[in-house]
Amino acid sequence: MTSVRNDPPSSVIARSEPNDLSQREREALEKIEQVRARAPRFRDDHITMAHGAGGKATASLVRGLFVPAFQSEALSALDDAGVVHVNGAGLAMTTDCFVVKPLVFPGGSIGDLAVNGTVNDLAVTGARPLALTLALVLEEGLSAEVLRREVDAIARATAVAGVQIVAGDTKVVERGHADGMYICTTGIGQLDTRASLSPASIQPGDRILVSGAIGAHGTAIMLARGEFELDAEIRSDTRPLWPAADALLDAAGAELRCMRDATRGGVASVLNELAVASGVAMLIEERAIPVDAAVAGACELLGIDPMYVANEGRLVAVVSPNAADRALSALRATPGGDNAAMIGEVHREPRNMVLVQTAFGGRRVMDLLVGDPLPRIC
Amino acid sequence: MRFVDEFRDADIGQRLSRQIASIVEPGRHYKIMEVCGGHTHTIYRYGVDDLLPANVELVHGPGCPVCVIPMGRVDDGIAVARQPGVILTCFGDMMRVPGGSGSFLDARADGADIRMVYSPLDALRIAKQNPERQIVFFAIGFETTAPSTALTILRAQAEGVKNFSVICNHVTILPPVRALLESPDLRLDGFIGPGHVCTVVGARPFEFIPREYGKPVAVSGFEPLDLLQSVSMVLKQLVEGRCLVENQYGRVVPYDGNPQALRVLATVFELRPHFEWRGLGFISQSALKVAPAFVEFDAEVRFAVPGLRVADPKACQCGEVLKGVIKPWECKVFGTACTPEHPIGTCMVSSEGACAAYYNFGRVARERVVV
Repeated sequence: MTSVRNDPPSSVIARSEPNDLSQREREALEKIEQVRARAPRFRDDHITMAHGAGGKATASLVRGLFVPAFQSEALSALDDAGVVHVNGAGLAMTTDCFVVKPLVFPGGSIGDLAVNGTVNDLAVTGARPLALTLALVLEEGLSAEVLRREVDAIARATAVAGVQIVAGDTKVVERGHADGMYICTTGIGQLDTRASLSPASIQPGDRILVSGAIGAHGTAIMLARGEFELDAEIRSDTRPLWPAADALLDAAGAELRCMRDATRGGVASVLNELAVASGVAMLIEERAIPVDAAVAGACELLGIDPMYVANEGRLVAVVSPNAADRALSALRATPGGDNAAMIGEVHREPRNMVLVQTAFGGRRVMDLLVGDPLPRIC
Repeated sequence: MRFVDEFRDADIGQRLSRQIASIVEPGRHYKIMEVCGGHTHTIYRYGVDDLLPANVELVHGPGCPVCVIPMGRVDDGIAVARQPGVILTCFGDMMRVPGGSGSFLDARADGADIRMVYSPLDALRIAKQNPERQIVFFAIGFETTAPSTALTILRAQAEGVKNFSVICNHVTILPPVRALLESPDLRLDGFIGPGHVCTVVGARPFEFIPREYGKPVAVSGFEPLDLLQSVSMVLKQLVEGRCLVENQYGRVVPYDGNPQALRVLATVFELRPHFEWRGLGFISQSALKVAPAFVEFDAEVRFAVPGLRVADPKACQCGEVLKGVIKPWECKVFGTACTPEHPIGTCMVSSEGACAAYYNFGRVARERVVV
């Protein structure tokens, strides 16, 4: 039994429209769309956990506070990595902090994430990862064995990803001030010349691909925290994405428009970011979204949509229709890409929005998540 | 997923949709209320509305547990959480409900120890792990969640746990439904009965709706096909001139409920003379409190609870939304001043709230073809 299905998405919703909206409802909806489209403002009194969850509150922090404060062109692009040009060569730079709890979970550990998270932000920017820096914040009392184990994990992950650690820093904080250890990594990569990636190049008709079954990492972490007393064989999908990015660049070349690393906030958040950044509509075919049966089952029980669950080794790619089949075959040939799928299509209208054609036959909006993904109570 | 996908089958959905279209009388407008927030969520999540003819309207009722919590109760919870040594626990949905001065999330960011749990038993576990602290569970929900709170109190008593207590906000579904039926500003044709509540209380208590008010009821499950079938059952009754309680959710709901759960509820709780519902005002005998025999587990007795009534914000029309008098989008502040990020009213908070469901899964103007 599997819930992984890869039917091609139907291109346009063609349905009779029996339940027409009244004029007043239409006006109300237009008003909402205007409010939705406004640049988010940061107007909270405190930082809450929602500001770190990758949804609307995070967007308000990034676009309402950081971007206006720093006035940087590369930062304003809000890509996974910033691009700097030096004597004609393009370099991509990115940085990431890792504060995962528990430190070790099925399929990986904080050390794996610290390497893969950063090299993946480079990879989806179209840059071959070259080197990383590593900063460790250690909690007083952390066992040396745990530290050694994570250092080994980092060493192995860098070897797999083909990057080197070229500088580092260590700080120790008092007991109770960090969950064992926090890690920050900064990465630099060389921009690939086979394609010039940008959300601005996304056009109606383009196809949307994911590089494999989604939602495994976030689900594995939730279960590993032991809060749900659910037993399921779910392993994190953490892996470096350069092989997938490289395969896409090879197969689609200049017809590859854009890639994103679908981490915090999941595939749904990435699609929303891309729809807004490129001023298009994304129509997703729910049936085509690849989700492993165990992940789908756990999410169903918890009332969470796997589209909002974090991944640590899945990318979303937008490619021209001509190159879509080639790109999909190339993805499926990469490690972990067996279930790569074409999940939707880019449309002109309604701008800045992600719509889902539900497997049941209805249609709805898939917005950015508000707050942390919380299980429903009844 | 077996036993799930079967209830989301698009082909059967289309067939039911055609069947519904064939039984409704053209020219007649049908208003059917789904009482339960879980149904509201399913309707928007799967776009069930899209499969109904234009003259069949689903009206969202008062059955979202988070939506009916008045501001004053949130403030009470925060006041208890701020007392030294207290850990307040609650379900995740509750964290963002605005009170008179912020939500639990705001209070937590401000230093109060408020933790999300998935079951009252988790709260009891925290109590056993932290014997020097006072653990308070902020209990919400209808008859669906009340038995688990009651069982937790029984277990706390059996295990002699002294540092656990409950702020009981459990409510019962029938009084507000009756209040709605008595309301002059609402014309409904029938009801989709709350399947989860009925697993506890059964379908029989809903018989007063057809008997006294002449409206048909179909107790429904929570998958999209369940809802479509229930809508079709209510419509069939209307067309055929029948009027009774039918049980679409027979695979889970015994007609007379779960006697064991009802016994536990009767042991641990007693009816409050009246309780304030957000937007609906005070409804008599509509909520539960911890019974005197279990007073040591009643946080409202153990702690100084302000118990102040806080008026709803003027602009907020949650009451009218909960009564089904207006649609979410007809509210003056919907989607502009009141959004899921900055909710003014409770209906915008929980994913089961009619406003949040409409906003998050929103309908797109349907005649606007996706191009």
